[in-house]
Amino acid sequence: MKQTFTDLRNNFVEFLRTFGAFQLFFLRLLRYSPAILTTRMGLVIKQVHNAGAQSLVIIMVCGLFVGAVLALQAYSNMSKFNAEDWTGVAAAFALVKELGPVMTALLFAGRAGTALTSEIGLMKATDQLSAMEMMAVNPVRRVLVPRFLGGVIAMPFLAAIFSAIGMYGAHLIGVEVFQVDVGSFWQQIQLTVEISDVNEGIIKSVVFGVAASLIAVWEGYNTVPTAEGVGHATTRTVVITAITVLVFDFMITAAMI
Amino acid sequence: MGENSENLIEIRALKYSRGHRAIFDGLNLTIRRGEITALMGPSGTGKTTLLRLITRQLIPQEGAIYVDGVDISTLNQTELYQMRQRFGMLFQNGALLTDLSVFENVAFPLREHTKLSNRLIRHIVLTKLHAVGLRGAADMLPAQLSGGMARRVALARAMVMDPEILIYDEPFVGLDPISLGVIVRLVRRLNDALGITSIVVSHDVEEISTVADRSFLLSDGKVAASGSPDELRTANSELVRQFMHGMADGPVAFHFQAPGYEEQLLGRDTE
Repeated sequence: MKQTFTDLRNNFVEFLRTFGAFQLFFLRLLRYSPAILTTRMGLVIKQVHNAGAQSLVIIMVCGLFVGAVLALQAYSNMSKFNAEDWTGVAAAFALVKELGPVMTALLFAGRAGTALTSEIGLMKATDQLSAMEMMAVNPVRRVLVPRFLGGVIAMPFLAAIFSAIGMYGAHLIGVEVFQVDVGSFWQQIQLTVEISDVNEGIIKSVVFGVAASLIAVWEGYNTVPTAEGVGHATTRTVVITAITVLVFDFMITAAMI
Repeated sequence: MGENSENLIEIRALKYSRGHRAIFDGLNLTIRRGEITALMGPSGTGKTTLLRLITRQLIPQEGAIYVDGVDISTLNQTELYQMRQRFGMLFQNGALLTDLSVFENVAFPLREHTKLSNRLIRHIVLTKLHAVGLRGAADMLPAQLSGGMARRVALARAMVMDPEILIYDEPFVGLDPISLGVIVRLVRRLNDALGITSIVVSHDVEEISTVADRSFLLSDGKVAASGSPDELRTANSELVRQFMHGMADGPVAFHFQAPGYEEQLLGRDTE
């Protein structure tokens, strides 16, 4: 019993220590970000391209099918009340406010996030980060900050693409398959979805972008420098990002209702 | 400390532990300016750790390390990076940046620390690559290089900023005889031609003895012996003789601590 209590206490202290270090790490990234954005924009653009291009195909394919499924579900339920015209509205709300940012963040974590973690982890395991230190180049500034900013910038664009392709998927099912009037389909969306709804999606995607990129670079930078360590770190990136995104999603939604 | 300008690096009463295991326990060591200093010792004696302590990639628990009279533990990050620009380090595995070509790897420190024109950078990089015999590999990626080639590229990168102190961590491992000869001569030539100070960690007693001015044999967290390669070769100490002549029997046990061989084979140790 005493041993269990001691273990619990030690684990809690360790958790607090890690959480504190995580916050300091975040502050370090933020501290260097303005300088990198103004003087090394090329590095950031390269990382936006890396993170964006890596995730683009998966985002588009998933967006299309998520939109299509939403339209299927919406149509089958709305048609019971003769409200088929609202199929597009249901899909649009779900995509813009929830599924666009959330699914994009989860897919980003699985594709670009793991790539970031393993890349940084392997750089650590093969002494590349130490070599930079020895060349008097700060690896946090040169390697981590551009990758962090690349993810943060790419995420809202990816979420927008997800929602746009998702709406096309919804259109295909609603209009082309179930023959909902195309004018009503889009007009209802235009009349119902407000700019505040779009803003909610944008805010979420920015927050998720910060969270997903931060977790990915943190896990990579703190990898145990072995093959096994890199494997564990990439798994943790996906798991922690998924939990964090869903928790933040609830909190932001609750705050904006 | 450090008033003697002959001494470039002075290590005083250094203590460093990893977990409960003491790597260094009161180590004292002096590296003289302009010399090639070899750090030798059995595996696990902390030679690479010592290099990391000298460059403050690690921080000692006790004691001090002076570089040119300055206690490096007192430096802030800017001062530390200024000091590190005086160092060039060749890592054991090369540590080349895998997303950059050979050319860009060597150009990396120049691009980060100088505002030289691309033309001048190209000139310097090709000169350094030529010195290690890899000018023709400039456009290759690190993944396309053999281990020996990667180490030679890393050497070109380590010397591209014309450092005052060049540190080599196991530079001779995995090199073919031709590359080995070239690198050994290069270590000597660079040191003498550029007037730099070199620190070489190596197990290769034969090769290092041909270039080192002074050698330190590390054991049990301290300097077990020091002197010129000839002095070490003729030393009376059993440990030095065992290491220098590669003998299996001596103070350093070949076998890691284990139960009796016979008992273990017959399974008696588990009974």
